[in-house]
Amino acid sequence: MSLPIILNLGQTALELGLICSLTVLALFLSYSMLNVCDLSTDGCFTLGASVGAVVAIAGHPLLSIPAAMAAGVVSGFVTAFLQTRMGVDSLLAGIIVNTGLYSVNIAIMGGSSLLNMNKTDTIFTMAEDMLTGTVFAGQNVLLVVLVVVAVAVAIITLFLKTRLGLAIRATGNNPDMVRSSSINPVFTTIVGLCVANAFTGLAGCLLAQSQKSVNIDIGTGMVTMALASLLIGGTFMGNGGILKRAIGVVLGSIIFRIVYTVALRLNMPAFMLKLVSSAIVIIAISGPYLKKQWPVYKRRYFAKKGGSGNA
Amino acid sequence: MLKINGISKTFNPGTVNEKVALNNLSLHLKAGDFVTIIGSNGAGKSTLFNAICGDFITDQGSILLDGQDITFTPNHVRAKRIGRLFQDPMRGSAPGMSIEENLVLAAGHGGWFSRISSADKKRFREKLSLLGMGLEDRMKQPVGLLSGGQRQALTLLMATIEPPKLLLLDEHTAALDPGTARKVLQITDDVIKSNNITTLMVTHNMQNALEMGNRTIMMDSGRIVLDLNEDEKKGLTVKDLIEKFKEGAGKEMDNDRILLS
Repeated sequence: MSLPIILNLGQTALELGLICSLTVLALFLSYSMLNVCDLSTDGCFTLGASVGAVVAIAGHPLLSIPAAMAAGVVSGFVTAFLQTRMGVDSLLAGIIVNTGLYSVNIAIMGGSSLLNMNKTDTIFTMAEDMLTGTVFAGQNVLLVVLVVVAVAVAIITLFLKTRLGLAIRATGNNPDMVRSSSINPVFTTIVGLCVANAFTGLAGCLLAQSQKSVNIDIGTGMVTMALASLLIGGTFMGNGGILKRAIGVVLGSIIFRIVYTVALRLNMPAFMLKLVSSAIVIIAISGPYLKKQWPVYKRRYFAKKGGSGNA
Repeated sequence: MLKINGISKTFNPGTVNEKVALNNLSLHLKAGDFVTIIGSNGAGKSTLFNAICGDFITDQGSILLDGQDITFTPNHVRAKRIGRLFQDPMRGSAPGMSIEENLVLAAGHGGWFSRISSADKKRFREKLSLLGMGLEDRMKQPVGLLSGGQRQALTLLMATIEPPKLLLLDEHTAALDPGTARKVLQITDDVIKSNNITTLMVTHNMQNALEMGNRTIMMDSGRIVLDLNEDEKKGLTVKDLIEKFKEGAGKEMDNDRILLS
């Protein structure tokens, strides 16, 4: 394999990792901070992709970004409203919204499950035009996503240090304490999920425009892949300030994509991606648990063998 | 200051587990009152606090705080004017966040997008140093690293950093070792006196109940069976108190955690 191919593959992995890191940042907010596992992520990702595509095809590539984020906010609001005000369990709320979004997404794409943007002006083609003739020519996708992710990391880090952000973190940490600080945890949950889903929607929008197409399955498995990235990031930058952890999240996403790309080169079939991400999530979550349980297992084993049981 | 008029609460009505937790209970507090509460198991002491804080809406009766009817006010809104400490030191603070982050949430002013200012930090540092636990030098550390006593002292500071109209202490030293408990009680007394906060304190330590505050009430079966003012408290011994409880409730004091000394 020649160097240019490796560089090319590396760049694709980097771009994909950066785009998907926006979803991972969203889960960083909802799963790590708010302690809510938001299973509407898949549908919300597709929602952002389809809304962004439709707006771009209508001739407004710049408008597609806020439109996709606004769609994400609405989706997050519905999920949060169901679990805080309608008595629906939080996991179930995500699953219900995710299912409902399938129909919504096809409706947005005009009844089709596939939209093509080959001849559409996107933010990436706009960047390409702007960069023609400069040293960055041809690096339009990477540059755009780098800027977007840097801004997203900055916004999330600053946000989590405001009073509202602290209240969101406390809601996931100790809701009793939030209530006794006269803050309504319902409010913080709703705000947190709205902000998180705005980033999920943005990620969907960027992925669709970089691929120049949307299909209804673009978001499938995204929540598991994002969780895998989040947990990988956590092992590198788990302990530290919010900024360090947010950067770790982005790194986790990039590492996940690079590992996946390498696996593909080693002849792993592409359809294995989702199984691999599931396995990573299982290992990352159950690993610490099994490690804690290990002495008990060991002791039980020796006790059964007729030993003293004092392992 | 606090006017509780005939509140009642029955849990699981109409089932075999029906439990009358509060039975037409009335209690009036003047501003600056420091009332200690003792009572048997299941007397309704914590339920009374839950009712005042709005964890549930009472079946009947009304609650007025500082002239304002709060009978149907949601709990997080009441929390603006009511500070509360639980027996469990873990319950009042967020373990994953630093001391200053916990304090800034509790201090409760500034807009949603405000951040911790250097003035805030200075103020927190001063307040923390008053606790005498060295917490002022650990403001960036997560609260989860503190001991139970330190955490309870921090929670007390969080509850009183903006002096509330009413402070509810629900056996807040019961989970601490005797030395730490004494220290936290001392801090409690100082904070209450220096801010003149109206306070209700549930305790299982009869001696503390007699020594602290200017009024002592005893509860049984969701009612107040004995109400002693400052003069009546004076010179009473723990033994007298148990005798008085028997007169008021018509039965022996039954509390497996009570401390008689």
